[in-house]
Amino acid sequence: MVEPRIIPRVVIVGAGPAGTRAAEACVQAGVRPIVLDEGRRDGGQIYRRQPDNFTRPYAKLYGSEAGRAQALHETFDGLKGAVDYRPETLVWNIAGGHIWTASQTYADTLPFDALLLCTGATDRLMPVKGWQFAGSYSLGGAQVALKSQAVSIGHKVVFMGSGPLLYLVASQYVEAGANVVAVLDTAHYSARIKALPDLLAVPSVLWNGVALTMKLKRAGVAVHNGIKPLEIKGNADSGVSGVRFRTGAGAEQEIICDAVAMGHHLRPETQLADLARCAFAFDPGTRQWLPKRDGDGRSSVAGVYLAGDGAKILGARSAEASGRLAALAALGDLGLPVDKGEMASLRGDVGTYAKFARGLAKAFPWPSEQASQLPDDAILCRCEGVTAGDLRGVMRETGAKEANRAKAFSRVGMGRCQGRYCGLAAAELIAAEAGVPVEQVGRLRGQAPVKPLTIAIGEEQ
Amino acid sequence: MSRFVRLGETDRPAITVHVDGAPVEALEGDTLMVALLSQGGVLRQSEFGPEKRAGFCLMGACQDCWVWTESGDRLRACSTLAASGQRILTSQPGASWSNHA
Repeated sequence: MVEPRIIPRVVIVGAGPAGTRAAEACVQAGVRPIVLDEGRRDGGQIYRRQPDNFTRPYAKLYGSEAGRAQALHETFDGLKGAVDYRPETLVWNIAGGHIWTASQTYADTLPFDALLLCTGATDRLMPVKGWQFAGSYSLGGAQVALKSQAVSIGHKVVFMGSGPLLYLVASQYVEAGANVVAVLDTAHYSARIKALPDLLAVPSVLWNGVALTMKLKRAGVAVHNGIKPLEIKGNADSGVSGVRFRTGAGAEQEIICDAVAMGHHLRPETQLADLARCAFAFDPGTRQWLPKRDGDGRSSVAGVYLAGDGAKILGARSAEASGRLAALAALGDLGLPVDKGEMASLRGDVGTYAKFARGLAKAFPWPSEQASQLPDDAILCRCEGVTAGDLRGVMRETGAKEANRAKAFSRVGMGRCQGRYCGLAAAELIAAEAGVPVEQVGRLRGQAPVKPLTIAIGEEQ
Repeated sequence: MSRFVRLGETDRPAITVHVDGAPVEALEGDTLMVALLSQGGVLRQSEFGPEKRAGFCLMGACQDCWVWTESGDRLRACSTLAASGQRILTSQPGASWSNHA
């Protein structure tokens, strides 16, 4: 226990479900946290808010989660005077006990006593030949288009990949009046049956998922399970023109479309935890490297706490609980009084969501084998057009079997997305080619700046 | 032909932005990406391949949707709101990179 500071300096990165609940806990304890968020508005991605002059009601935007979304937004609105909220602000480095931020107009460095990383997630992508064509979007991106801008990503949209988001976004598109031509799921239906015991940990969310599939079928959308993506067909100038895939029964099929929303659930944004020197461990269930944390959200680095999907993909409901829990842990560590009973109850909630998340990972498995099956001419790194064959060639020539070494020689993971969208698939490809377990390939190190900066940024006046 | 399809919220004031010198009609509250892709099919030319690009993640992570102001400031079209009178370029002003395809 440390002596309480007169005013502890608490910094929260992210204003989604975890960040909002963390900020709320701080304010209730009499602490005024700094809340740094890249978004123009609070809510994060899943509860992303539409621009002020849009009028769609909560029920239309967030469906079964409307009540939760509204409660979260109202909580954040109520905190505005009690937190130092800095929207449209990127945290691009953590070094020397400081947080380095940049907005469109100025840069800043902030010291902290406690840092809560609630950085959220991005889509987990398995490349498909042709995914560089205009009209290919991430599933999350397709959802953002609808939720925050009321547009569909195309005139004829195919949803291809796996995971709960596949069905959620497809049904949101149908409901909004978009033309959804097919939902192509790489997961076999039988996997869902096997996952049922874990999925029953949160029956209401399981039921939401079942209802989504039924809604799609009622709307006449073709839903295929157990498919294997073969190619996104397209033209360099006009973009996507169709998808080619193998059905669960083994037949090759082609569907005409001008847009593909693709993805396999989510991956946490862990770069800042990495830059803060948090220890990582390999998670065999999701085949991802995740920052280590204790049951309350403490990382391996004193004063750095991890919550929400940015630490591990457990969903928005879990993020609200883990955000509050990590903040209570931080406040307690700073010597402030916290309710131990509430912390125990939040730990229980997070444990329940973790069981459900294990079920999702079983029901919609990451198709790791597809990486090694990518043809040589398929683009693996979308940023710089590096192909699967290029990476295989580099491995043959240099013997590189470690993620960062292979990146240095091939540039896979070195482009402007910094490996967010190719890194996991590249690791699987390297592992399969080298005949080693994927954890032996390692993980791409986080590099500052975690997103590109403009040179013109000056110090705050 | 447009890439994006508007599904609602069309009762907003119209604004005009200029893209590569040509006027583009948009709605107040549109991101630059939605403004551009509600009129056309692509945002920019890839520097590393023959294909044109139209963004990918829409949440500021992939950097596939870069456009520029006339003074050379780089913007992410997915996270920048369109504003009346804006003048946007779809290639970097003053730079001519060879395509690495």
